[in-house]
Amino acid sequence: MSDAVSALKGARASGMVDLADAGPTGMITLRGDHGLLGDSLSSVLGLSAPERRRVVTGEAGEVLWMSPDELLVVLPYDTAPDVAAALETALGDAFATVAVVSDARSVMHLSGAQTRDVLAKLMPVDFAGFELGELRRSRVAQVAAAVWRRSENDWALICFRSVGGYVFEALATVGKPGGEVGLYR
Amino acid sequence: MSHRLGTGGRLINRTRPLDFTFNGKTMRGYAGDTLASGLLGAGQVLVGRSFKYHRPRGIVASGAEEPNALVGLGEGQRFEPNQRVTTTELFSGLKAVSQNHWPSLEFDVGAINAKLWRFLPAGFYYKTFISPRPLWKHVYEPIIRKSAGLGKAPDAETRDIDRYEQLYAFCDVLIAGGGVAGIRAALDAAQAGKRVVLTEQTASFGGRAVVDGDDIDGQSADAWVDSQLAALKGMENVTVLPRTMVAGVHDHGYALAYERVADHQPGADKPRHRLWRIRAGQIVAATGAIERPLSFAGNDMPGVMLAAAIRDYAVNFGVAVGKTVAIVTNNDDAYRTALILNDLGVNIAAVIDARVEATGDLPAKARAAGIRVIEDAAVRYVEGGKSVTGVQLCRFNSDGGAVFETLACDALGMSGGWSPVVHLWSHCGGKLNWDEAGAFFRPDPNRPPLGHDGKGFVSCVGAANGELGNEDEAPMLPVWLMPAQASYELRAKAWLDPQNDVKVSDVQLAAREGYASVEHTKRYTTLGMATDQGKLSNINGLAILSDALGQPIPQTGTTTFRPPYTPISLGAITGEARGEIFQPLRKTPMHDWHEAKGAHWEPVGHWRRPYCYPKAGESHAEAVSREINQTRNAVGLLDATTLGKILVKGPDAGRFMDMLYTNMMSTLKVGKCRYGLMCNENGFLSDDGVVARLSEDSWLCHTTSGGADRIHAWMEDWLQCEWWDWKVHVVNLTEQFAQIAVVGPKARQVLEKLGGDIDLSADSFPFMDWKEGQLGGTAARIFRISFSGELSYEVAVPASQGLAFWEKLLAAGEEFGISAYGTEALHVMRAEKGFIMIGDETDGTVIPQDLGLNWAISKKKDDFLGKRGMEREAMVSPDRWKLVGLETLDGSVLADGALAPLPGKNANGQSETQGRVTSTYHSPTLGKGIAMGLVHNGPARMGEVIEFQAASGGTVSARIVDPCFYDKAGEKQNV
Repeated sequence: MSDAVSALKGARASGMVDLADAGPTGMITLRGDHGLLGDSLSSVLGLSAPERRRVVTGEAGEVLWMSPDELLVVLPYDTAPDVAAALETALGDAFATVAVVSDARSVMHLSGAQTRDVLAKLMPVDFAGFELGELRRSRVAQVAAAVWRRSENDWALICFRSVGGYVFEALATVGKPGGEVGLYR
Repeated sequence: MSHRLGTGGRLINRTRPLDFTFNGKTMRGYAGDTLASGLLGAGQVLVGRSFKYHRPRGIVASGAEEPNALVGLGEGQRFEPNQRVTTTELFSGLKAVSQNHWPSLEFDVGAINAKLWRFLPAGFYYKTFISPRPLWKHVYEPIIRKSAGLGKAPDAETRDIDRYEQLYAFCDVLIAGGGVAGIRAALDAAQAGKRVVLTEQTASFGGRAVVDGDDIDGQSADAWVDSQLAALKGMENVTVLPRTMVAGVHDHGYALAYERVADHQPGADKPRHRLWRIRAGQIVAATGAIERPLSFAGNDMPGVMLAAAIRDYAVNFGVAVGKTVAIVTNNDDAYRTALILNDLGVNIAAVIDARVEATGDLPAKARAAGIRVIEDAAVRYVEGGKSVTGVQLCRFNSDGGAVFETLACDALGMSGGWSPVVHLWSHCGGKLNWDEAGAFFRPDPNRPPLGHDGKGFVSCVGAANGELGNEDEAPMLPVWLMPAQASYELRAKAWLDPQNDVKVSDVQLAAREGYASVEHTKRYTTLGMATDQGKLSNINGLAILSDALGQPIPQTGTTTFRPPYTPISLGAITGEARGEIFQPLRKTPMHDWHEAKGAHWEPVGHWRRPYCYPKAGESHAEAVSREINQTRNAVGLLDATTLGKILVKGPDAGRFMDMLYTNMMSTLKVGKCRYGLMCNENGFLSDDGVVARLSEDSWLCHTTSGGADRIHAWMEDWLQCEWWDWKVHVVNLTEQFAQIAVVGPKARQVLEKLGGDIDLSADSFPFMDWKEGQLGGTAARIFRISFSGELSYEVAVPASQGLAFWEKLLAAGEEFGISAYGTEALHVMRAEKGFIMIGDETDGTVIPQDLGLNWAISKKKDDFLGKRGMEREAMVSPDRWKLVGLETLDGSVLADGALAPLPGKNANGQSETQGRVTSTYHSPTLGKGIAMGLVHNGPARMGEVIEFQAASGGTVSARIVDPCFYDKAGEKQNV
């Protein structure tokens, strides 16, 4: 869908970190037994179910651990409906639920060496030893959010679409220059 | 008079002078000064007036314990009252004003209170409150408000322009205090591989040792601190935080630390304060000790200071507090002050020692240095006014009747011993023991505050643990009153708490009046209240109380130590949550469009929904009428995105739906919609909405806007905790879709104009069906449902295309004059149809039967949530208030929430009533007021006229009618 518009409409901010709207992003919620879901992911996308609080990354996209019976597939926006249909087919009659939720959330990218310091100002999360491919569901200030670490200095963050603006502003505010803390070095 | 010495001052940089003002007078200090050392260096001893008697007050201490020297700091958007000069780092251009003086600091009319002290005793406020009552409001309160109190509140029109933030941190060991004990604890933990956070409330580390010139491991304390600190800073597992005070210790190792990032650099592009929210495995309190004042007459005069503070000013800042300084003590430690000042060339009048003999090492050194030591002596009275001119001496063991000498001096240091700072140990319940030898409370290592594992999570080290003094020091003599048998006149001038103007005589009076509990005495006398929370006064006060009660000090105990250790800013507590991000604002995809069209907003949870869209010159009521008329006559659009949309799917989903809703949902056919009710276990109506059967094993539940998250959580709660073996998934899809109601007789034509693959004809797409397909090039799911009584479709499209689709609808409807309508038009139209609204017709005590919704309660189902609740006696009583329509006889609009009064009183003495208004509007469609209400036995009383309270007083007559006012047959929605 080329006319899809993300809630943040391409917003960017720079300070202690670079903060950017990821734009329209495909997302599929999967609920069910992780073994079962992993099999379908493997056959449809060549991906697997992640371990607890981890992310599995492949060419087709990423699979995020959300809860003991929930996964979130992150992939290109336009591919989500077809992939969801294929996953439905692969799961057949099994007890599992597939739902396209690409428009339900805002996705942001944060990059820079101070990303953990900025996140720690709003998220009650211990980022020491937070590995590549690790994910945490928590909150950003007053709303639910999840972050995962894509590389040494690149992070992705999701929150619900309606509060995308709030989360972006909150991160931009605490990430202003002058707020350096040097907590995570 | 206090003055700057020619040399010395380990913390100041004499090549960087800084100008500042105090009460408008320009003064000069140096980089590294505190405001306190700057003032004293500039000769300013008088810094404020006391709370109650407006007595002249000077600086007493050199740190966070300072009770007197509070000033208003900054101006305008940076003005802050009650700032301690001792913890304020000096910066160029600092502006300070003294507090609680009128008309000026030097000449204060309120000081007349001091002459009236006999009439302002302990408990003055309480006694005044009692009688005579009328005098309080008109006489006492205005006078007290004018004369009492500390700083002024900032101007209500100003806004704090600084920014603040918080930070979540985690560590194995958090150390509060950067003195030698704290640094040692940090090194031990860091070398063991622990994650360590070391905090120091001031800008410089080292605590007392660096001032007192101790040797540590063969080095000077200064050199040792520098090298150890450098080592700590070089370790990856250590975070070193100067200007950071651990303000509170909370359960489970949670601590708040208050970092004053930029107080000393106002205007810098930095957060001013940062509140660290730390989860620590262990908390080490290396918080040192605070010197106690001595209680003698005139001990509140400017120039009377703590002995150790005097040497702090001399060593750290090169400031002498007087030309000739006397020291009064009950211990050896105060001799250090005499020795250090003597070395710096300050004249020492004498050391006045309450002990019969001063035999320790330090007194010996003092004598060797030529310092006069007067044993078995006490200060009877301090002479002077706004500053000290001399002290009258008497024997310690006397009533002060005989003065044996008057000693000329312009400053007096006092030391009554030291009290460990046990606050952080005590915040979570760590217990204390009384140490007889040192006359202080110290942590009881066997009774620490306990963590989740039943083990202590706070420990104290160094002076905070009571490790005070050393072996060469002779025992101190506990002195709680000087002289020991001081007369009443002297006791009434001996201050315990200079901040709150509480004297020895006040505490003794409280004891005589029956106050035995230290907590009650605190409130009654105000001892240890306000900004310093009795850091100097508590032990002295409870010793006096114990003596008056004739019981040992540990039996009296202490008041409760509560966070914060010293006041922290509201800005730090608020953090980033101010202005635009004070609260989350939830926005629908069409939010910006609404805003651009001048929507008047209505808050709905964290959402903002358009209440109406007033045009230029139009009132809100006019806008609502226009929106309704446009919709009823042609077509209107509503942004219904905020409605909850929850997917329920799985082999047991039908069973689950039948339990959630009062009506039968498992029999709903695929492609159909049904209105449903949800109740809580008590049978009270909780939420409502339209359910669509999506497939054999899936349903989509629409909830109210405010209910979306709550109902989703409710569903998960039942599935996870009660029916964990049912095969059902729920997914909250609320934010996935933009939902738009297209409403009015032209609604079908508008949708048809968009084009697509969905047959919209009445025959193939009847009322209460849903279909999905392409509509105007967008993937859409259309529900043919109506909350207005008109032909109506609710169209769900992916949120990312919501605005584009909304604009397509506006373009397609242009020929019909299409316009958006807001929540008020929605409310009026549903009320015209007699449809209930959760939160208007319900309030948590209303069951569906009260609202005539019996048709939506299944009789076939064995069970559903609320079924048994509804069967209780009170719920089936014929006396319940039930829903009816109400029409005023004069066509006016009833007041919202108005009660229908009856003569007589109920058992509680309240007026009897027989009903109340739940929804009330002016109906532009009918041209008159319409309302719904709950009325006693209402449905059986059709046509009866009853009275309702009018907003302007009196009553209004209204006739009980059917709640549906418009198109009772439902022909308009079914075309």
